[in-house]
Amino acid sequence: MRPLPATLLYVNVVVVATCGLVYELLAATMGSYLLGDSVLQFSLVIGLYLSAMGVGAWVSRHVGGNLARRFIDVELAVALVGGLSAPILFLAFAEVQRFQVILLGFVFAIGALVGLELPLLMRILQNEVAFKDLVSRVLSLDYAGALLASILFPLVFVPELGLLRTSLVIGLGNALVGLWGTWLLADQIGRVTSLRIRAGAVIAILGVGLLFSTRLTTWSENRLYADEIVYAKTSPYQRIVVTRSPSGFQLFLNGNLQFASADEYRYHEALVHPAMVAATAAGHAPRRVLILGGGDGLAAREVLAHPSVEAVTLVDLDPAMTALARRFPPLAALNRQALSDPRLTVVNDDAMVWLRTSPGNWNVAIVDFPDPNGFGLGKLYTRNFYQLLAARLTPEGAIAVQATSPLFARKSFWCIVRTIRASGFTVAPYHVAVPSFGVWGFVLARRAAFSPPTTAPNVALRFLDGEAMAAMFRFPADMAEVDVEINQLDDQMLVRYYESEWRRWQ
Amino acid sequence: MTLSRRDFVAMLLGAPMAMACGRQRPAPLPDGELLTPGKAGGHRLRDATVGDVRVPDDRWLTTDVVVIGGGVAGLSAAWWLDRAGVRDLRVLELDRVPGGTAQAGASEVTPYPWGAHYVVTPLRHHRAMLALLEEMGALAGADEHGEPVVAEDLRVRELEERVFYLGRWYEGQYLQAGATAADRDQLARFRAEIDRWVGWRDGAGRRAFTLPASAASVDAAVTALDRISFAAWLGERGLDSSRLRWLCDYACRDDFGLLAADTSAWAGLAYFASRVARPGAEHQSVITWPDGNGAIVAHFTGRLGDRVLVDHAVADVRIADTLVEVIAHTPDGVRGVRARRAIVAVPGFIARRVVAPLRTGARPAHTVDRGAWAVANLHLDRRLRTRVGDAPLAWDNVLHDSPSLGYVVATHQRGREHGPTVLTWYYPFTGDGAAARKDLDGATREDWAEVALADLSRAHPDFRDRCRRVDVAYWGHGMPRPRVGAVFDPALAAARAPLGPIHMASSELSAVALFEEALDHGVRAADEVLAT
Repeated sequence: MRPLPATLLYVNVVVVATCGLVYELLAATMGSYLLGDSVLQFSLVIGLYLSAMGVGAWVSRHVGGNLARRFIDVELAVALVGGLSAPILFLAFAEVQRFQVILLGFVFAIGALVGLELPLLMRILQNEVAFKDLVSRVLSLDYAGALLASILFPLVFVPELGLLRTSLVIGLGNALVGLWGTWLLADQIGRVTSLRIRAGAVIAILGVGLLFSTRLTTWSENRLYADEIVYAKTSPYQRIVVTRSPSGFQLFLNGNLQFASADEYRYHEALVHPAMVAATAAGHAPRRVLILGGGDGLAAREVLAHPSVEAVTLVDLDPAMTALARRFPPLAALNRQALSDPRLTVVNDDAMVWLRTSPGNWNVAIVDFPDPNGFGLGKLYTRNFYQLLAARLTPEGAIAVQATSPLFARKSFWCIVRTIRASGFTVAPYHVAVPSFGVWGFVLARRAAFSPPTTAPNVALRFLDGEAMAAMFRFPADMAEVDVEINQLDDQMLVRYYESEWRRWQ
Repeated sequence: MTLSRRDFVAMLLGAPMAMACGRQRPAPLPDGELLTPGKAGGHRLRDATVGDVRVPDDRWLTTDVVVIGGGVAGLSAAWWLDRAGVRDLRVLELDRVPGGTAQAGASEVTPYPWGAHYVVTPLRHHRAMLALLEEMGALAGADEHGEPVVAEDLRVRELEERVFYLGRWYEGQYLQAGATAADRDQLARFRAEIDRWVGWRDGAGRRAFTLPASAASVDAAVTALDRISFAAWLGERGLDSSRLRWLCDYACRDDFGLLAADTSAWAGLAYFASRVARPGAEHQSVITWPDGNGAIVAHFTGRLGDRVLVDHAVADVRIADTLVEVIAHTPDGVRGVRARRAIVAVPGFIARRVVAPLRTGARPAHTVDRGAWAVANLHLDRRLRTRVGDAPLAWDNVLHDSPSLGYVVATHQRGREHGPTVLTWYYPFTGDGAAARKDLDGATREDWAEVALADLSRAHPDFRDRCRRVDVAYWGHGMPRPRVGAVFDPALAAARAPLGPIHMASSELSAVALFEEALDHGVRAADEVLAT
């Protein structure tokens, strides 16, 4: 038997150590991204990982027989479990209740397998190298691998590959090293064919996973978003992406930011409460409220905070969006389970098509569509649309419409204001500063003449008080009204204004 | 039909397309059916002898006015009479459903047109059209010039049209992409010429071009345009930009089923100038419904109710003393109608066979060349893929390098941008009508479906995957065509005159197959009857 190429086996040690630590970091990062409380998550993951390694090391003495075969088997198992850990956690997050249990289960399994690996390697090499040299080399290389991993993970892997692909690529590397080991240890293993077939299968599974991962998030998407993608789904209507940053969650539809959890309260308080106050001032506290768009449930949260509200209908095109708002834990927490509130009914339909045949008598309608960046959305900002809506309001009814930025898209904003006015409404445009968006505009409107509200409603709010309410309705010179055409179904000026205005800012 | 399907595709789309569809023989065609409106009954009549058909006494029906033909002209005549208080009338339609080329179909998803699919917002002088739109609740007031405005949701929504050229979709119909300065200059000169005609008035203050044509000028400067082709008119002005010529050819194919080289310059200019209110204005808003002009047909038949009798193949219209006698074949035997007055609203090639005074030579029968058309309704299970940067799906989607006219989208006006839909694809035969019918009359539904799918797959690689059903209508005698000299042919003017108690109404009497012309002749004939 020729001597083992010990140097090459040491390379194996480094790889095993690096990969193991990367899996650990992946688990801790996903835990803190998805569940928040990063101190707890990192603590739990590191502690469990190290103790699992201890369990693996303890079990290693019961492993006998052909040690080289066992070593390659364990290495392939680490590659498979570790490589698939992030994609499985990613998929599980939106669908499964006990995410934390699954996460820690992965951490334990990977830790135990890695813990098993080093003792086996040392036993394989014990006849080749003096014991004191063996211990010193293996352990120092193990710790060096850990250093390598902790540097590469935040600086190279996550920014370049994202969490999903980091996991799969590291798993692949792990499996390839395992396959290479079947040559290094060929003499000790004996019959290598079945082992190589197993290695090939693991590589194939991870390779397919890597291809499939582009269906979850594309390579380019990772660079598109500043923060890590924690949820992504393509519905028949749109691409839904949720990212996680240190300050919270962000929701994107077709690449456009819809809200950031850190400051969405400013947007949604401003969107909802002026209309609620205006309707109250005109008659009685609103009982029936219509929400068009707003599938994230955040406007619904504000509406449902009013005790007078008895029935809310939320019309959003995309069932995937409303399902996410109901089930995705961080979003459901943010909207305070608004979509599970017994007072609320969800309708998944095109708002304009639905409105044509829907009953009326709404006291308040909140209109919260994505910006008009195409004719399909632009139709939801036309005179015809607002006329349909007007016919379905009670006499004291009020509407509030999100109307893009009066600063970045001044013509677009005033086009929406004028279109609502041309549909038979008295309008009161207003604006609010939302740090993630910039200065944002809305239109409060009623069919009868009215004065803008100057008081806040009697519900718990973080931003809106009486003074802030009054200040929103004052427009400084750089956002003042400009002369624009109105938006009609057959002549969607708004879409053209919007396109030219936002192009300037990109 | 002796042509193979591949030969058929080659004949209609050109050899390269046939090669392409032969190379990758696709999966079996989706289901569907072939409609040949009026063909069976019409050919039965053609082959029958119009002799002494005995109508039993109990099979006679007496009415004040009988209208022969339940297309738009005939229905318009009956509608106008009904509005004027003439309730005692009948409309006899050859086909199983009324409407002629304005028929519509329906699926679970949407209604869709089988032919004509839009009208244009009328100018205020077009009283009958305004009365119709008013009745349909389609008017929403007047603009600052006092011209009518149609309800926002009936005007064609954005995006109105787009064109497919070399792998990409572009907004609009005129191909702006890649146009040279010379192209743009010619387009500007062409528009200036059109604007000149838009602003032109004769001594009586009449426009050169307007809808209906009967309201337009017959000044020599205008009628002279009928003596040359549209292509020749363009040539005389040095307008030879291939993009502009394409636009003019497309206009003629779309409205008339002809190429510009065969179209009367009067008709070609009318296409562009009659739909613009003032020089420099946009064209009048196009009005459409998911079922196309089938919505207007439904309005007419809703008002006329059981006075529209379908499956009535009229074999004879004759004068008996002071009355008109009409003999019709129905599925349950022959039937006679006696009326004080008759309005014949059928194409000339039928009128010359069934109207006794024309048959017997009391007046020379006049017929206008008619072109063959195929229309396919393609049912999709969901929307086609759109490439980033392409113009989005429009109402009217034109393929620049195809002899077809492209397709319109039935769900466009409803405003659903997702899910299943129906596309209506049009193919006009611009060549000789009789020769085309000889080649095409035997074509099967599958032949047509293959042509439509091959044509549309060029622009939509995923078309066959999305397409679940292809229904086809073949209109052998689709519509009259304004060839050079046809519009101001003195024989055409003479053909409009009544033959005693028999009044004439058909869009053919304008040599232009537009809804507005059919309405105009129906209303004129009804007014003639009301005047008696």
